[in-house]
Amino acid sequence: MGMTEEAAIGADTPLLDIRDLRIQFRRGSGPPLPVLDGVSLTVNRGETVGIVGESGSGKSVLSLSILGLLPGGMHIGGGEIWYDGRHPLHRMSGREIRALRGKEIAMIFQDPMSSLNPGLAVGDQVTETLRLHLGYSRREAKEHAIRLLRKVGLPRPESLFGEYPHQLSGGMRQRVMIAIAVSCNPGLLIADEPTTALDVTIQAQILDLMRTIREEDGTSILLISHDISVIADMCDRVLVMYAGQILESGTIDDVFERPLHPYTAGLLRSIPTPAKKNSPLDSIEGRVPAPHERSAGCPFASRCPHAVERCRTEMPELVAYRGNHAARCFLAETEGAHRHAAV
Amino acid sequence: MHYVVRRLLTLLLTVLFVLLLTFAAFRIIPGNPALAILGTEATEAQIELLEAKLGTNRPLAEQFTDWLAAAFRLDFGESLRFDEPVTRLIGSRLPVTVSLAAMALGITVSFGIPLGVLAAGARGKAADLLVSIGTQLGLAIPSFWMGILLILVFGLALKWFAVSTFTPWSENFWLAFKSLLLPAVALAVPQIAIVVRYLRNSLLEQLGQDYVRTARSKGLRESAVLFRHVLKNALLPVMTILGINFGEVLAGSLVIEQVFTLPGIGTLLITAIGNRDYPLVQGLVAFIAFTVIAINFAVDLSYRWLDPKIRLR
Amino acid sequence: MRGMRNHSLALGTLFVSILFAIMLISLVYTPHPPNEMNVRERLQAPSARHLLGTDNFGRDVLSRVMFGSQTAFQVGAVSVAIGLAGGFLIGTLAGYAGRWIDELLMRAMDALLAFPGILLALLLVSVTKPSLFQTMVAIGILAIPSFARVIRAGVMQHKEADYVKAARGLGAGNANLIFVQIVPNIASAIVTTAALNFSTAILIEAALSYLGLGVQPPDPSWGRMLNEAQSYLTKSPWFALAPGVMITLSVLGFNLLGDGLRDLRDKSN
Repeated sequence: MGMTEEAAIGADTPLLDIRDLRIQFRRGSGPPLPVLDGVSLTVNRGETVGIVGESGSGKSVLSLSILGLLPGGMHIGGGEIWYDGRHPLHRMSGREIRALRGKEIAMIFQDPMSSLNPGLAVGDQVTETLRLHLGYSRREAKEHAIRLLRKVGLPRPESLFGEYPHQLSGGMRQRVMIAIAVSCNPGLLIADEPTTALDVTIQAQILDLMRTIREEDGTSILLISHDISVIADMCDRVLVMYAGQILESGTIDDVFERPLHPYTAGLLRSIPTPAKKNSPLDSIEGRVPAPHERSAGCPFASRCPHAVERCRTEMPELVAYRGNHAARCFLAETEGAHRHAAV
Repeated sequence: MHYVVRRLLTLLLTVLFVLLLTFAAFRIIPGNPALAILGTEATEAQIELLEAKLGTNRPLAEQFTDWLAAAFRLDFGESLRFDEPVTRLIGSRLPVTVSLAAMALGITVSFGIPLGVLAAGARGKAADLLVSIGTQLGLAIPSFWMGILLILVFGLALKWFAVSTFTPWSENFWLAFKSLLLPAVALAVPQIAIVVRYLRNSLLEQLGQDYVRTARSKGLRESAVLFRHVLKNALLPVMTILGINFGEVLAGSLVIEQVFTLPGIGTLLITAIGNRDYPLVQGLVAFIAFTVIAINFAVDLSYRWLDPKIRLR
Repeated sequence: MRGMRNHSLALGTLFVSILFAIMLISLVYTPHPPNEMNVRERLQAPSARHLLGTDNFGRDVLSRVMFGSQTAFQVGAVSVAIGLAGGFLIGTLAGYAGRWIDELLMRAMDALLAFPGILLALLLVSVTKPSLFQTMVAIGILAIPSFARVIRAGVMQHKEADYVKAARGLGAGNANLIFVQIVPNIASAIVTTAALNFSTAILIEAALSYLGLGVQPPDPSWGRMLNEAQSYLTKSPWFALAPGVMITLSVLGFNLLGDGLRDLRDKSN
């Protein structure tokens, strides 16, 4: 296959190593549709990696596929997902994956109201992982859970323990979700749009909380968001996704200050800033093509202001320039790494 | 609290209407009720006697208020045929009907819930069609016919059950159970169909919710997700449906008791109608209606208590 | 169950049509005269001459079952008509008048609904002599609340609608508003309710007649046939099958029809 069965396990083995992941959607009739088209990424220990993209880019599907939580009809069509160098998540059995879920790899989701069980008390939902993975007794789990609730900044954790999700505010619910996620001290935390459903002021608080946890427990984070400012705020490295592919990747500085791909440049331009107060908002015309609308060639070609004929017929490769800054664009190739996509 | 008070008032109003209806039913027939009961052969004296006993020789309004007052004291007068207070007659027959309804409910829950879970699992597969056919049939088969078929198969052909003999609980527990089993099954079949339908839909709806994904992401086994998280939420509306349907179960038992000749309030009612025993009929109808209304009310309240979103508002 | 939805409507229509056809045929032809007794041939199993066997009087079961469909349709149609008429009256009154009239009427409907179906029928039948007519009236009264609810809902939903206001502005009177404007919009809901009430009517009539308190001889009734059949279960199990199957199929047909219509309406909404 050309890929090693097991990477050599060392201190610099990436915690999460996704190689050329392909995910397909099986329809009733016709061939399966590509949802992710060969995505690779790594998260090293202690790192926070961000994935940014519009809705429809496949970033959520990517995050779900790691823990095998793909919705019905979608399945992994190729590639590998390695955790800690020795767990091949792409081909583990259900039982093996369940041992990792909530214990080594934990996830928090976008909408905390719908992601928590409305019929169960908050405390019961926190103790669940403690009893499942760590074998705590009921009493031990309750004590630990209250500590966790306090740790994530919730007031009156003892009384909150018995309350129900609908009695809490959005920010509080997300804190509960974070408490659940970190309860067994996972190595990797996957956060899928953790602040999108929250007020702006609460967003900052939640991000602060995540930073605290990262510092205290050394948790690595894979942060998915469509909000560039959130990514820039929290992450060390970032990947830009579009229509199931990585278009650009690199450190925050590299990608956000010297973007190589026109799409990244477009995203950055469209962020409203005070300087742009009285001018019309820059936006990228068009929208992300759906899986069945994708054609040969660069997926962004139809919306790209710099597209040439070659862009529509040939798919550019993801090429690394200077260090780890990579881009999938013919323009970047021809003009080398020096091009600034400023228009 | 405000809600409970409102519901209580509605309850009272409904009860009043029921009493009015039950009262009015016997007064709307043209002519003399006493005459209707006794027949054309009756003598003047006999008619007058009955009229006095029934109270039909007094003004209508007075009759109604008296009846109302008595009804709230649970005094429905005396049966004409049996010369016993109606209330006592009802009380003596009630245990059989209650046992029957309870058994039917037990069977419904024991079979309906597992079948509903299976039905949800069958979605998209060939078995789904079987589920649809099964539930539709279960709802369409008249329960008294099912009773007859059960007698045919299990009573006569297989001879597992003695037909047309009833043993009270006090005499022999096992025989009493056996004599109530077939009728309870006949009553339960349409209820099971309803439970399977509702539970299947409720489960599928819950399974599409986000919290299920969260539960899975914690590493729970699929069975744990189902039983710890989903089932609890899915069962709530189903239980209330069952409660609301209790009236239908009671109605069904009226007929089923005839099929199996069980000495419950159903057969008492039919007998009373045949005897033109108006006080008894009135009392029975009012009593049954009260029970159904009361149970609906209790179910309504319990739903609001069981659903945390409503209880803790 | 997406595929099933279309199947409901198709199957329901099929069953009901077959039953309707049987009823129509029975008006002019049955294999044997339904009331012709022949004691020597009583309680026979199905044979070439008597496709469904004979009953305790030697009458041909098939012919009686066919004849019984007339009662079923008659009871269903008349009681639905009564329910629709009464429900229409109450529903439009409640929907239009509003406030305390609405409250009062709806509580009355609730009270009616609080009676388990057959109980009300038994009450009404107990004060009069059981007969086909009494059965139809009693079941009809039972059907009123569901129609009243549907019509009231429709009236309340549409009476403030723009097109109604427009019509009113053009000078349309209340009657015109109700019949010409609002009714077509709630027609499908009414038809669905009608179908479901039809099946309930058949079930209740069968139960009443089984108890001897419904349709009386010589009017044929599946329910009463079951009562007769039960006494002779040991001698002839066949007798008890056909009438029950007919009741089941009829109820099934109208239930499927009602479900299919409702799903059709849900889809188009």
